[in-house]
Amino acid sequence: MSDVVEKTLSALPGLLSLEPGSKLSATAKLGAFIRGLNDLASRQDEEKLIKKELAALKEQVSAPTTSPKQMRECLVRLIYCEMLGYEASFGYIHAIKLAQQGSLMEKRVGYLAVSLFLNESHELLLLLVNTVLKDLQSTNLLEVCMALTVGSQLFPPDMIPAVLPLVEEKLQHSKEIIRRKAVLALYKFYLIAPNQVQHIHDKFKKALCDKDPGVMAASLHIYLLLIKENPDGHKDLTGSFVTIFKQVVGGKLAVDFNFHNVPAPWLQIQLLRILRLLGKDDPVTSELMYDVLDESLRRADLSHNITYAILFECIQTIYTIHPKSELLAKAAKCTAKFILSSKNNLKYLGLKALTYVIQQDLNLVLQHQLTIIECLDHPDPIIKRETLELLYRITNAQNVAVIVQKMLDYLRQTTDEYITVNLIGKIAELAEKYAPSNEWFIQTMNTVFSVGGDVIQSDIPNNFLSLLAEGFDDEVENKQLRLYAVNSYLALLEKPNTRYPRRFLQVMSWVLGEYSYLKTETKPEDIIQKLHCLLGNCAADLETKAWILSAITKLFRQTSNSKALSEIMQSFGNSMESCLRQSCFELRQLVENRELMHAVLPLNASCDEIVVDVSLSFLDGFVADALGRGAAPYKPHHQRQEEKLPQEKVLNFEPYGLSFPTSPDTFAITGRQSPTGLSVNSEISYNSMESGLKDSDSLKLEGVKKTWGKKGYLRNKESQEETLSKTSGIFKGEVATARPSSAENPACISAEEEERHLLASSLFVGLGSNDLVNLIGKSQSTAHKFRRKLMNVENENSYEKPMTAQKATASHPAQLSHPVDNVPESCISFQESQVVSLGKATTYPGMERAQVSDQSWTLSNNLMMNKARPTASKESFSGLFADGNFDIVQPALCNAASVTREPISSLTPSFPVEFSEYSHSNLEQVCATENIALFFCKIWKEDCLLIILFFSNHSNVKVINASIDFALTEELQAGEDTNFHFDTVESHFSDRCQLCLQMVKPCTQVALAGHISYNPEYSHCTEEKFTIALFLSDFLRPLKLSTEEFGNLWLSLTNDVKQNLNLSSNSPEALTSALRALQKEFRLHIVAIIVIALERTSGKGSNFRKWWQDREKEQKGSLLASCFHQHPVYFIVDCTLGFCHCGCDQVAVSFQTVCCTSAKK
Amino acid sequence: MIKFFLLMNKQGQIRLSRYYESMEILKRTLLESDVIKKCLSRTKGQCSFVEYKDFKLVYRQYAALFVVIGIDDAENELAVYELIHNFVEVLDKYFRRACELDIMFNLDKVHVILDEMILNGRVAETNKSRILAPLLALDKMSEN
Repeated sequence: MSDVVEKTLSALPGLLSLEPGSKLSATAKLGAFIRGLNDLASRQDEEKLIKKELAALKEQVSAPTTSPKQMRECLVRLIYCEMLGYEASFGYIHAIKLAQQGSLMEKRVGYLAVSLFLNESHELLLLLVNTVLKDLQSTNLLEVCMALTVGSQLFPPDMIPAVLPLVEEKLQHSKEIIRRKAVLALYKFYLIAPNQVQHIHDKFKKALCDKDPGVMAASLHIYLLLIKENPDGHKDLTGSFVTIFKQVVGGKLAVDFNFHNVPAPWLQIQLLRILRLLGKDDPVTSELMYDVLDESLRRADLSHNITYAILFECIQTIYTIHPKSELLAKAAKCTAKFILSSKNNLKYLGLKALTYVIQQDLNLVLQHQLTIIECLDHPDPIIKRETLELLYRITNAQNVAVIVQKMLDYLRQTTDEYITVNLIGKIAELAEKYAPSNEWFIQTMNTVFSVGGDVIQSDIPNNFLSLLAEGFDDEVENKQLRLYAVNSYLALLEKPNTRYPRRFLQVMSWVLGEYSYLKTETKPEDIIQKLHCLLGNCAADLETKAWILSAITKLFRQTSNSKALSEIMQSFGNSMESCLRQSCFELRQLVENRELMHAVLPLNASCDEIVVDVSLSFLDGFVADALGRGAAPYKPHHQRQEEKLPQEKVLNFEPYGLSFPTSPDTFAITGRQSPTGLSVNSEISYNSMESGLKDSDSLKLEGVKKTWGKKGYLRNKESQEETLSKTSGIFKGEVATARPSSAENPACISAEEEERHLLASSLFVGLGSNDLVNLIGKSQSTAHKFRRKLMNVENENSYEKPMTAQKATASHPAQLSHPVDNVPESCISFQESQVVSLGKATTYPGMERAQVSDQSWTLSNNLMMNKARPTASKESFSGLFADGNFDIVQPALCNAASVTREPISSLTPSFPVEFSEYSHSNLEQVCATENIALFFCKIWKEDCLLIILFFSNHSNVKVINASIDFALTEELQAGEDTNFHFDTVESHFSDRCQLCLQMVKPCTQVALAGHISYNPEYSHCTEEKFTIALFLSDFLRPLKLSTEEFGNLWLSLTNDVKQNLNLSSNSPEALTSALRALQKEFRLHIVAIIVIALERTSGKGSNFRKWWQDREKEQKGSLLASCFHQHPVYFIVDCTLGFCHCGCDQVAVSFQTVCCTSAKK
Repeated sequence: MIKFFLLMNKQGQIRLSRYYESMEILKRTLLESDVIKKCLSRTKGQCSFVEYKDFKLVYRQYAALFVVIGIDDAENELAVYELIHNFVEVLDKYFRRACELDIMFNLDKVHVILDEMILNGRVAETNKSRILAPLLALDKMSEN
């Protein structure tokens, strides 16, 4: 055929000059457009032409005189424009119209354009449903056909029920094409909404047994999916599939299903895939297939590519199902045909098949080792790459060096970023697993880092460093490895004029900072000097600079010579980058205070656990001071953005590149804004903020995801290695037998060939042959070269959890509004942070209770609640509802008000681990005397509010007979007892008790009064009173409701309590802002605004009329607008959590909250 | 699964494109120019499959026309390679002697043919007469 085309193309110039209307039937405009496209010389020309065309089209499609025929032509031109990358959304609606109105060919083009223009979620798609519905009922088969085709291309999932009965009906149609298309449409429905078609599985079976092979073939798409999801549920169909396959292979289909004399090849492939899924790990089912697979292999006539395509699937199937040695042998022979073929396509597929096969049988690789070596040097990079993939799977401790070398060679040549990233991951994985020696490992990783450059993913250096830091069981070896790394980096830095990628620099600086103390012969000053140079020279990004600076900080610990300090201060003490500046000041502070430095930067302790006070409670005193001095309270970033948004609609002056990353996977602590208005990268600010903590600039080793390798696959390799290690000794002999030709006439062995054999023996060493195919028995007993120590596994897990639970609060570090760059302030904050790092334990220094009233939310200025203003601490809001992503934790058994009295060994209580999965407030002090202190924290459990009280005795004597009583007001209900008694509390010990509370009568704020009495030994009884403020929001829980569910609840909620809000002015704005405030603060979601016409009660309707008209533009309210024009308006806003009725004068809020009731449930 | 079907000429001009996963227009253009670069840089003897990001391109050249199909890992490259040939044979059968201009002037019809062959990224029909049946019927009705 290709020569036919070639002939035609040679006549192309002649065709071009053809007049429109001759053979190429096209209307004049389309013809001219196409000719214009053909003559294009440049991209600019194209743009010009298309822009012009689009303008003309816009006019033409919207003209009422355009006939369907012309419209069809317009749509084709629009398809062209979109194809060339120019959006033509103005035409979408016309495509739908044409599908609706056109006849036959026009209709088909309309449908076609719809399927090309729209995507699954496009809103216009709804308009298509009616047309499809109509065409499905048409008597014209072609129209039915079209409707089914478009239905199987895209359809709104919600509307499937509307057409489903019609489509099902078509399964019984007399014409095969209709039945076939109906099956394909059902397949699509299954893809987008599987539950909608669950009930018609029987009909799929009928389609499978259809007398027409086309319908049967179409049903296989559905079955492939079904079987993939649930192979066990369809084992009974195996017989049918085998029979069908037998018939197809046996040539029982009509001749027109053949493709180059091969009967229905794509159908065969599909069947083979299904059989593979069914026969996997199932000897009985596999047994049924052996015959037909054998026949398929036997009948394969290797004259055409398509046969190879079938064979490839056949091989995969044979190696996936329960093995039968006879078939395996035949499949192996087939694989050889691929591998040895001179055609590159077949060779490629052969390598792919081999990669698949070796998971079961390594012998095959040994048979083809020389071919594989040839492929390694193949001129086609794709083949080379596939070979590397194969080698990657057969790597073991003996051949790792050669294979990694080959991979690195490839890496150096490739420019494709995707391949580079992929390959680097594999090399790093292999190096870590099989490294023969420390030197090799470090060298290889050095190459990876320098070749990988900046595309390298962060997990690779992270893993490498955690490997270095965690080490292995053997301390001596650890030391050697680290020392070697230090040496190699020092040598690299010695080289003049070499640039290293930033990730590599980061790795180097971390290792030097952490481990250069191992190298006793080099003075720390020299290394500092070197790093300082690096810092000065490199055009590195801020992040890298921060890494280097933190390494320098660590190095200062090892020397008492602080000469270099002044230079560093000089060059970076007034850097434009606030985080560098801050690091410098921290460095100076540390150098001046040696004791502190040793505490903050212990040697070789990068793996030790650091408890981070993520809530930054140590800053609370400072914050309170600042607030007292009139500073604005801290607002989390998203809130600032939101507030800025309305003002900044005009122009955004902030450069995009510097904007604040809010992604949750950066270190969970948000940075603070610098006074220049530029924001600092959050990662960096994390460093600077917490650099009092040891190691903060370097890696966080705990919790770093270790994603090395695919587990399932690893097992495989291990088992291979295990079985093969037995025979590895004999292997060299086998190489000789594998090349009989060379043994016969040694004269013809060229030097090149010799080299190849050498390579082969180094590559395939360790892959012994075992007579029995190792298929099922998979054991694992290989010692990895670098086996990680299992460090703090339990700790890690238990530690990680509270971290994530606290994320919500952590990302809004308590009200930090002051700029950090301000040097004196930053010093203060730093000094405070030392408490944390010194103690290495969560500490909650005594501080004032958060000044709740200052941060309490206020409804917008002119809105006043009749009842007490709900004051809620920002903290509890953000903790509970931050970004609305509060997930209700699984209902846990709540032992209400039980007292747990395990003495907590530290004086300042720490948050109990068992509650870490819940969101909770910070620990706050409620009362304190010279002897004791009482702390509490709130835990927002799903079904109640849990108050945990910590009674801590910081006197030197024990306290006896302490008791705490709570006096509950009528609004509250406790789960159990409200009196707690502690017999004795040892000196410097804490006890705790918990109180489970529910709100029975909704109110915005309630005080929980308590009374504590205790008896210090050798002294008389003391009493104290305290109160804890509880807010409505402490008891509110998000109620997950669908709109329907809410609708059902609608009438059942008769116990709503109404609350009237007086609007100070009757302006529409007041109402709007009131609504907004309600929405924002209570998370009430407006479902609909219903307008009720009532008697005119006041003359103030006009304001609302205007307001309503404005609203009307944005909201769907037209239905009720008509009654509005004669009457004043009342609004009823129905909220998912309550109702809100709004009138002209009053806003009635009722939140006898569903949420409260749900809390009770 | 088949991700997209492209038809382009040696100059790198797209003549037909069909995506089986929705993609923004801008991304399509970028992808197409990458694909063109990848395929045009290959020599005749080289293998007809190219890696591109996380999927593979299968391409086949007919004189000045290239057909490129993007597939994922689960697809059989060779079967797709032959599917291209089947498509071209269908075009030949319909247009008698298919050429670039036939495709350009009958873009809608070529799409109709393609829609019969590939649906949702799966091979829907490969029987040539069945692929052409609806289109021929439409042509006949339109003439009347």
